[in-house]
Amino acid sequence: MDGLTYFPGCSLKEEAKEFEISAMAVMKALGLPLIEFERWNCCGTVFSLTEDDLMHQLATIRNLIRVQENGSEEIVTLCSMCYNTLKRSSLFVNRDKERLEKINAFMDREQAYEGKVEVRHLLEVLRDRIGWDKVEEAMTHSLEGLSVAPYYGCMLLRPREVGIDDPDNPTIMQDLIEALWATPVEFPFQTECCGSYQVVDRRELIVERTHRILSSARRSGADVVITSCPLCQYNLQKTQSELKETIPTFEEMPVIYFTQLMAVALEVDSGELPSPLLAGLAIEEGVGNGER
Amino acid sequence: MGKGNMNEQENAMIRIHVMGKTYQVPAGLTIMDAMEYSGYRFIRGAGCRSGFCGACSTIYRREEDYRLQFALACQEMAEDGMYLVQLPFTPAPRSKYNLEEIDPSENVLLQYYPEIARCVSCNTCTKACPQDIEVMDYVQAALRGDIARTAALSFDCIQCGLCTMRCPADIKHYHMAQMARRIYGRYLSPVPNHLEERLCEIEEGVYDNELGKLMAMNKEELGIAYAARIREEAK
Repeated sequence: MDGLTYFPGCSLKEEAKEFEISAMAVMKALGLPLIEFERWNCCGTVFSLTEDDLMHQLATIRNLIRVQENGSEEIVTLCSMCYNTLKRSSLFVNRDKERLEKINAFMDREQAYEGKVEVRHLLEVLRDRIGWDKVEEAMTHSLEGLSVAPYYGCMLLRPREVGIDDPDNPTIMQDLIEALWATPVEFPFQTECCGSYQVVDRRELIVERTHRILSSARRSGADVVITSCPLCQYNLQKTQSELKETIPTFEEMPVIYFTQLMAVALEVDSGELPSPLLAGLAIEEGVGNGER
Repeated sequence: MGKGNMNEQENAMIRIHVMGKTYQVPAGLTIMDAMEYSGYRFIRGAGCRSGFCGACSTIYRREEDYRLQFALACQEMAEDGMYLVQLPFTPAPRSKYNLEEIDPSENVLLQYYPEIARCVSCNTCTKACPQDIEVMDYVQAALRGDIARTAALSFDCIQCGLCTMRCPADIKHYHMAQMARRIYGRYLSPVPNHLEERLCEIEEGVYDNELGKLMAMNKEELGIAYAARIREEAK
């Protein structure tokens, strides 16, 4: 069976296991399984904005070399952050061959990178290669009645040159939600930054943003928020208990990965889902976890 | 001794540069022997002399090569024109932990060696390894919490410390990997059930009779029994 050359990234092996579990199950069900390639390393985490700082492009380019060694010309990511870093790095070296030459000369034990690997996000594959109609066809458990707010954050959309959709008015996750017969909920903070790595030493800043983003989604009628970024998911989900301590009226909101929502609709392994959401979906605990 | 022999002997001498001073040494010696021939006496930086202890880390450069090379002095042959220096010690503190009390979850290596998150995948560590270990690969495995892979990839490490001396991110690779192997051994490696069963059998005295027979044998009888032993078939 053909598959996609899959780059997991570190978070999917640690904090965001549910993302990988559900994506693996969904893509298997859709007939285009994710195949993790050998010897990947950290994506580099944050794209370096310094034009002459080639050292911080090594991690990304090395991954693209490994993909090239694999005989593949495409790499598919789930994590928005990995997607952003890999994609920008590949454009960065393709735009100026002198940079690429320098990097290749430094990595003198490896194959030279030829600049041919395309970086794609799984949402793009779903939209452009599988198609929303096929996703709808594969659905066995309709999500009718469920209101879902898509939260894009920054990394999928900005800067424009790497954005998988319109950075100001994205629809890719809305389309996915509709394909699963759920109701997409538009809300004004869907492309707002979650606060990112500020969570390390400015946690209060994240708590405040979680409040703003999730309250807005709630006011717009959402039952659940979906995302494709492990850091957004972490920030928005893990700060809710702190938020409840300071603002007792805050209503908790489940924040899950878009692949988990798909897994529920396709009745394949979704990984662990927050229990309030299970009640909202009128499904019993354990459903969707059949293949684990 | 004839003239031809003299020439051969002259040809068999090579030049090495030790910390900036040039010496003539016979060809065919290891770096360690060549340095000792030159008059150096190792107080530190020499141990097993068999490539296992990791004490004799050596850094060298060839006259015509831009790259630094790394070796164990007891294993690598001295070559003509080598610039040599020994690195008998690596200043790299080890994190303190009690193996019985740690939580073997994905983040544990990052918790005790947080600098692994500084890895930029430059691969300099791998290039420095005299054991040809994929050092960067195991640091990357550690970073994503794959303790089993870290332990497996670092298995041949002899703790020489050259990776750590070269790392631009100040990672203490070999200490971190040692911790990974310890965690793997303590918490993650498969439990050998057959071994536990056999130990129980021994304690219950199942083999006392057989062992008693062996103990009572003289050397000749033991030799016969040994020759007639049943061998486990190779798989």
